[in-house]
Amino acid sequence: MESISVQILAGQLLIGLINGSFYAILSLGLAIIFGLLNVVNFAHGALYMLGGMCAWMLMTYAGIGYWWALIIAPLVVGAFGIVLERALLARLRDVDHIYGLLLTFGVALMLQSLFQGIYGSAGMPYAIPGELKGGWNLGFIFLPKYRAWIIGVSVVICFGTWYAIEKTRLGSYLRATTENPELVESFGINVQVLIALTFGVGTGLAALAGVLAAPVYSVSPQMGVELLTVVFAIVVIGGMGSVLGAILGGFSLGIIEGLTKVVYPEASSVVVFVVMILVIMTRPAGLFGKH
Amino acid sequence: MASALLNPNESRGHFVWVFLALAVATAILPAFVYPLFLMKMMCFAMFAIGFNLLLGYCGLLSLGHAAFFGAGGYTAAFVAASWGLSPEAAVLFGTLAGLILGVAFGLLAIRRHGIYMTMVTLGLAQMVYFIVLQSPYSGAEDGIQGVPRGTLFGLFDLRSDMTLYVVVSVVFMLVLLGSYRLTYSPFGQVLRAVRDSESRATSLGLNVRTIKLTVFAISATISGLAGSMKAIIFQIATLVDVHLTTSGEVVLMTLIGGVGTVLGPVVGAAVLVTSQNYLAGFGQWVTFIQGFIFVVLVLAFREGIVGLLIRLWRRPL
Repeated sequence: MESISVQILAGQLLIGLINGSFYAILSLGLAIIFGLLNVVNFAHGALYMLGGMCAWMLMTYAGIGYWWALIIAPLVVGAFGIVLERALLARLRDVDHIYGLLLTFGVALMLQSLFQGIYGSAGMPYAIPGELKGGWNLGFIFLPKYRAWIIGVSVVICFGTWYAIEKTRLGSYLRATTENPELVESFGINVQVLIALTFGVGTGLAALAGVLAAPVYSVSPQMGVELLTVVFAIVVIGGMGSVLGAILGGFSLGIIEGLTKVVYPEASSVVVFVVMILVIMTRPAGLFGKH
Repeated sequence: MASALLNPNESRGHFVWVFLALAVATAILPAFVYPLFLMKMMCFAMFAIGFNLLLGYCGLLSLGHAAFFGAGGYTAAFVAASWGLSPEAAVLFGTLAGLILGVAFGLLAIRRHGIYMTMVTLGLAQMVYFIVLQSPYSGAEDGIQGVPRGTLFGLFDLRSDMTLYVVVSVVFMLVLLGSYRLTYSPFGQVLRAVRDSESRATSLGLNVRTIKLTVFAISATISGLAGSMKAIIFQIATLVDVHLTTSGEVVLMTLIGGVGTVLGPVVGAAVLVTSQNYLAGFGQWVTFIQGFIFVVLVLAFREGIVGLLIRLWRRPL
């Protein structure tokens, strides 16, 4: 333990913070979708992958670069999410919630194997945009610009979404819809449109995380698979449907994971689940859960 | 859930015929079908029977059942290969591993309800996967290979596929009979009460927590048994057994066959194992087809094959 240098500690902290940024955006999307539709979106990892793939395809086939991909990919995947909700999930509103989970599980399998069938399993590189190449030497650590950018974007996106849900009028409609959709409908608000749009925003967030991740990890059809189970564990820790729980849970578990890598590397892939067990034993509803 | 169709007061007489027919089929089939293939089918059928006890009769969806199946397989493989234990002892150890893990998962998972519980089982199973992946005893990516089949009770040499087939068939029929007895016992009735309304079951004075924990443990034990049998038959335990895809497959089998029916898991396992066998040439597209089946089942065919037959014949199966 005494041999751990400041550089290694800071380096793992940074990696943890970056992973935490992805965890936060993904669990935020899950929390929004769960809060309004009561659907555990198992396709979330596949939609994250779709975001990364979309950026890669835009670059490879159309020469469209990172900055446009950052906007186009979430829109495309968000539109896909809306179609998914309208065409399939809307039919399951009245049956056991389990079926929504199983349906999205099926969709995830289809999406992943579709891309794996076409592009194989190998990762495909995606270049960091020129503006974000290089970095700053902070003395104790070299901070690449792109990594700082990820953390910045994700903080802005997360707290922007939190603000929109908790502090604006649209957000209050959303929250009212989760409590009593009939009542909100009677105020002349089209709940079906609201639900579809929210699902679109949730899936768009997953895609955004995918585009942000593309230059860091290479793009591959499986990039969402193992990430998803970690994100689910984080959502259990934060408290299902809690927006703040998802954001804070995402960042802090990324950091905890990074620190574990310094102290006891073998445990780093398990630590999130250990925290999940501890939280369930002490606060079954999750840290920010209401019930 | 899909079947409030089951009424325990209905005639059970024809179940005798169903079991007899199945026993005859089990006896005749190896003349036409490769025995190893049939044994694989029976292992997955047992796995699905265990899973269905939890989902079909108690309404609890676990997405972590591969952990029990895989833990059973790895334990049986390890004690048979490294300690040189006999096959019956190996299967006993594997089954015990399922039981212990089932109680541990159950204690944690039943603290949450509905889909929250599902996510807890998923997280726990993923943890088991990582532990198996990194454990020095599990052979990492290679798994545990060259597991000896050994000699059952020192009498029957299981290196012969046919001898092993007889053993597996007997165990399979016993598990099926046991699950039938269990679901039509007072305990089975209690399970359905919890499934249909937890608060009503509580108000009737039932201890819902104990009931859930018990069914969790039974389900995991059967899954562990299925996994350890598979390890002995194929002489290998691999990471696939503990992976999320296996948890998904057992859900798919149960859905295809019919959730909450006695024969559903058997039919579902037979259909899925057979189709995987014939579709193997399609490689990655098998997963695509599986995903597609998931979507179709959930949208249009929630009662499954056996559920459909029950509706047509108005008889429990």
